[in-house]
Amino acid sequence: MLDKTGIAKRIAKEVQDGYYVNLGIGIPTLVANYVRDDIEVEFQSENGVLGMGPFPFEGEEDADIINAGKQTITTLPGASFFDSATSFAMIRGQHVDLTILGAMEVAQNGDIANWKIPGKMVKGMGGAMDLVASAENIIVAMMHTNKRGESKILKKCSLPLTGVGCVKKIVTNLAVLEVTDKGFKLLERAPGVSVEAIKKATEGTLIVEGDIPEMSL
Amino acid sequence: MINKKVNGVTEAVKGISNNMTFMLGGFGLSGIPENAIAALVKSGVNGLTCISNNAGVDDFGLGLLLHQKQIDKMVSSYVGENDEFERQMLSGELDVELIPQGTLAERCRAAQAGFPAIYTPAGYGTEVAEGKETREFDGKMYVLEHAFKADFAFVKAWKGDAAGNLVFKGTARNFNPCMAGAAKITVAEVEELVPVGALDPNQIHIPGIFVQRIFQGEKYEKRIEQRTVRTRE
Repeated sequence: MLDKTGIAKRIAKEVQDGYYVNLGIGIPTLVANYVRDDIEVEFQSENGVLGMGPFPFEGEEDADIINAGKQTITTLPGASFFDSATSFAMIRGQHVDLTILGAMEVAQNGDIANWKIPGKMVKGMGGAMDLVASAENIIVAMMHTNKRGESKILKKCSLPLTGVGCVKKIVTNLAVLEVTDKGFKLLERAPGVSVEAIKKATEGTLIVEGDIPEMSL
Repeated sequence: MINKKVNGVTEAVKGISNNMTFMLGGFGLSGIPENAIAALVKSGVNGLTCISNNAGVDDFGLGLLLHQKQIDKMVSSYVGENDEFERQMLSGELDVELIPQGTLAERCRAAQAGFPAIYTPAGYGTEVAEGKETREFDGKMYVLEHAFKADFAFVKAWKGDAAGNLVFKGTARNFNPCMAGAAKITVAEVEELVPVGALDPNQIHIPGIFVQRIFQGEKYEKRIEQRTVRTRE
């Protein structure tokens, strides 16, 4: 079974040379740490920066240079700043190649829910609705089950949706799944996790064809 | 040169009154019009509708206006990290319209650019699109979103001049350029008001035509929400 870092490491392998990538808050943010260093990738943050670098050294933080998680960041050579309308033009206009974001629930038709639990928690969708409605290539980073052990990989989402029919791939602490017309296709198992364990943790239809390889990280 | 310079924040907010709709720039606490917000708090105006990506934190930014219950309605995309906001929203004291961040930006820009509405794919099939007109273009569904109508836009830039020209710094730019010129009156506050002619016309982010009033803010706290650093090896 993977921890959050493991999920980030596995997703990092999906990032290809020449990609502009938008990383959501949480596990997705960690992905930047594990992208191969022999490829050129630029990270976009929807608050208005392309070419994000690592966190600043202590004492060099600047309140005017933050990411979408409101964390202080730095920029790399070639970076640019822009306004919010331009930022979402990049996203809606499909100039961003890969979007990695977290989710509370994903359904087998590709629906995603991640912004609201009615009556309990409402933080808002931020840029997530724009991202999922527009991106061609969306990977969801999430734990397979919630804290009560209930599956978050469902036949149908129970929470208010963020987007419909948009998720293509999911990387969890247990597995890599692809969203297909017939259900979640199991592509890879996390190290030491059996197909049975994944079946048990998946409420939605799970398609298992042949031997399922273990992830390499 | 048409002079937009006013003598400080008090003159800059002249004409504000109860039940108005304000746009306020900023993402989190970055690039918020700190001095205008302080003046709004001091003025005691209430019944406000505020269009702003976030609602500040408990004791800073728009959180100050929320604390004094001066805001009736917020139009935002993300309101986490603010306990008082969440309390007022869940109890029903505060009316909140949550909309996608890109939609928020584009509804400002539509108002600025003279478009009555725009079509966006964001939110289609979700509760955000409920009751709204939808339309198919090239096999994909879009939601009709209307331009905002606001009385004042309060924006913050790094540098500006008396002509109203603005230059932003870093990610403090965010919604500020989208809101300039998107309300009946745009009030710009800057960290540094430079002499006219000092800014290179090639490097101006927002031309002065979008700004009615400009002043240099007295002080900027520029609070950091999530201070994240790495240590030197």
